[in-house]
Amino acid sequence: MSFAQRHLLGIEPLSQSDITTILDLADIYAEKERSDAKSSDALRGLTQINMFFENSTRTQASFEIAGKRLGADVMNMAMQTSSVKKGETLIDTALTLNAMHPDLLVVRHPHSGAVDLLAQKVNCAVLNAGDGKHEHPTQALLDALTIRRAKGRLHRLNIAICGDIAHSRVARSNIHLLGKMENRVKLVGPPTLIPSGAADWGVEVYDDMREGLKDSDVVMMLRLQRERMDGGFIPSEREYYHRYGLDAEKLALAKPDAIVMHPGPMNRGVEIDGTIADDINRSVIQEQVEMGVAVRMAAMDLLARNLRAARKPQGVMV
Amino acid sequence: MTSLLITNARLIDPSADTDALGWLLVQDGVIADKGHGAAPDVTGSDIIDAGGACLAPGIVDIGVKTCEPGERHKESIRTAGAAAAAGGVTTMVTRPDTDPAIDTPEVLEFVRRRGEQVSPVRVLPMAALTKGRKGREMTEIGFLMDAGAVAFTDCDAVTATTKVLSRAMTYARSLGALIIAHPQDPGLSDGAAVTSGKFASLKGLPAVSPIAERMGLERDLALVEMTGARYHADCLSTAIALPALRQAKARGLDVTAGISIHHLTLNEFDVGDYRTFFKVKPPLRSEDDRKEMVAAVADGSIDVISSFHTPQDEESKRLPYEAAASGAVALETLLPAAMRLYHSGDLSLPQLFRAMALNPADRLGLAQGRLDVGAPADLVLFDPDAPFKLNRGTLRSKSKNTPFDEHLMQGKVLKTIVSGDLVFDRISA
Repeated sequence: MSFAQRHLLGIEPLSQSDITTILDLADIYAEKERSDAKSSDALRGLTQINMFFENSTRTQASFEIAGKRLGADVMNMAMQTSSVKKGETLIDTALTLNAMHPDLLVVRHPHSGAVDLLAQKVNCAVLNAGDGKHEHPTQALLDALTIRRAKGRLHRLNIAICGDIAHSRVARSNIHLLGKMENRVKLVGPPTLIPSGAADWGVEVYDDMREGLKDSDVVMMLRLQRERMDGGFIPSEREYYHRYGLDAEKLALAKPDAIVMHPGPMNRGVEIDGTIADDINRSVIQEQVEMGVAVRMAAMDLLARNLRAARKPQGVMV
Repeated sequence: MTSLLITNARLIDPSADTDALGWLLVQDGVIADKGHGAAPDVTGSDIIDAGGACLAPGIVDIGVKTCEPGERHKESIRTAGAAAAAGGVTTMVTRPDTDPAIDTPEVLEFVRRRGEQVSPVRVLPMAALTKGRKGREMTEIGFLMDAGAVAFTDCDAVTATTKVLSRAMTYARSLGALIIAHPQDPGLSDGAAVTSGKFASLKGLPAVSPIAERMGLERDLALVEMTGARYHADCLSTAIALPALRQAKARGLDVTAGISIHHLTLNEFDVGDYRTFFKVKPPLRSEDDRKEMVAAVADGSIDVISSFHTPQDEESKRLPYEAAASGAVALETLLPAAMRLYHSGDLSLPQLFRAMALNPADRLGLAQGRLDVGAPADLVLFDPDAPFKLNRGTLRSKSKNTPFDEHLMQGKVLKTIVSGDLVFDRISA
């Protein structure tokens, strides 16, 4: 087992073994979560601050529960963003927070790279909870854990990621992770929502969903933001649903045992048919939420171990 | 009569396209004589033995931002002038994207006077093409020319309304004014921070396709054809825009184009992990584009290499990449960065000084930029091989936002001479 990272800023810097280490530990936590003895004291005495510069309910709640189950002192900070000055605030806030000696900092920010920037200014471990259109590593890890538990493996799978790839940090982190674990990754969506250069990422790109879903083991749907629906990137909600919404007919082209995933929150009737989302034989969407807590517990536990190990020599000298 | 004899120097002569050992005599601020072989015995002259270093015409840098008036915490004409002298730049052609914009004869007069008072090198101001650089009404082009404006540009603010630009060009033509534009389709490039492609998409940064540059250039060239204006594209950075430029030149339009030294020596991957010192406008492009642009300088399609010196303080750069300010300081690094292209074998020294001195001077109707007898003695003496590691703290600009910090570079300016006077000497600096 090895996990030699100071922060969790993205999937890109992780190795196969880093990923496996997190997932193995998360598996243990997932089992524990289902038992009566949910809590442990892995983070006892540590301070976790959740700093969200962008609205979030699910991810923030998941990190908060994960921290509390491990015994950390958790604090939530809702940050205001609106002006160009937010960058200045970011550095200033980082320095201010740093002076309070937190141990784990969970950050979400609307700008790509902002979490990296912040991590350079603080002494604690930083977890990226989503930065702009860049990465959302814990989402990719919880998706991976869900896939591994449903399929029994996390390699040589045929995986279709469908929808708004261009604006999705979830897609980018998943592409990194699933690629590193040696899967066949297909991106499916209208060309306006496929980022330029995507064909060079070692993935296949399809604008015909029927073709893209063929023989898939995993169908991963992405959320389409409301503000992108009217004429900007796609002509209309109903045309999008017709061509790229996941319904029974399109899903029938995937393998019979293919699982359906969605990072939530869902737009039923836009990117996914409600009955598919609720089909317990196909949809693992609720399991994804469950694994979210387990993966975040594992990631924070591992980072805290590294943090304590790094601080140890100083303790000896005193 | 003051006279200065420089002997034992490699004369980099862009007009003759030669690079050979020789001597050069300066009298009363102009080049009085030059030659190869043994130097003449000129009694009463100061003599500099160059020891085999290169002597070239001083750099004429179109597009320097001195931040005066308005942002003197970032740079001033004095500090920019000191940086220019240390960088072998003998003429700074300054940008009007100040606060307020240089769009009236009075403000232009202020810059010109400050330049004469505090800058060791020549300062030639450009003026805005439209009031406030807002793209709505043209400035007093005639009065501004009388006050000394050498060209008209709204800098990176693209004149989006084509009718405004066409009228400004038509009016400018009657006065023979040079218009410098930033070719870019404003709609397509809106909000972009990097060039589009695999790297931009992976990093999740808003990107602009190189095609936006071609679209902007093609629109401008169509207007040049219609109005007959004198036109210079400030910085072309993409291969896809070159055919339009070459065709316009072949058809005899009065068109030239420039490029920044950064686009010739860096590429999109240098941005790496959101390093904002590499954020420039237009954004750094692909390596394929960079190579094509170097070739375009070599074949003369691209006429001018500039520093696009743009000081930014730490606060405007220490932000998330999208929110950070664009631009880099480059007066002192222009020459050593250009030496990369010489050492790589892409461009000869006469080719480089054609693009950094002769062509920009010609385009602005200046007598300097050449080693011809009778030309002003604006000269730079430099060692093209001298290695050093750049420490941005040592830069003379108030702002230190260079992408070359900690880079290994070659090429040191030894002496800079403006109008026969020594304005920079490495020995005493």
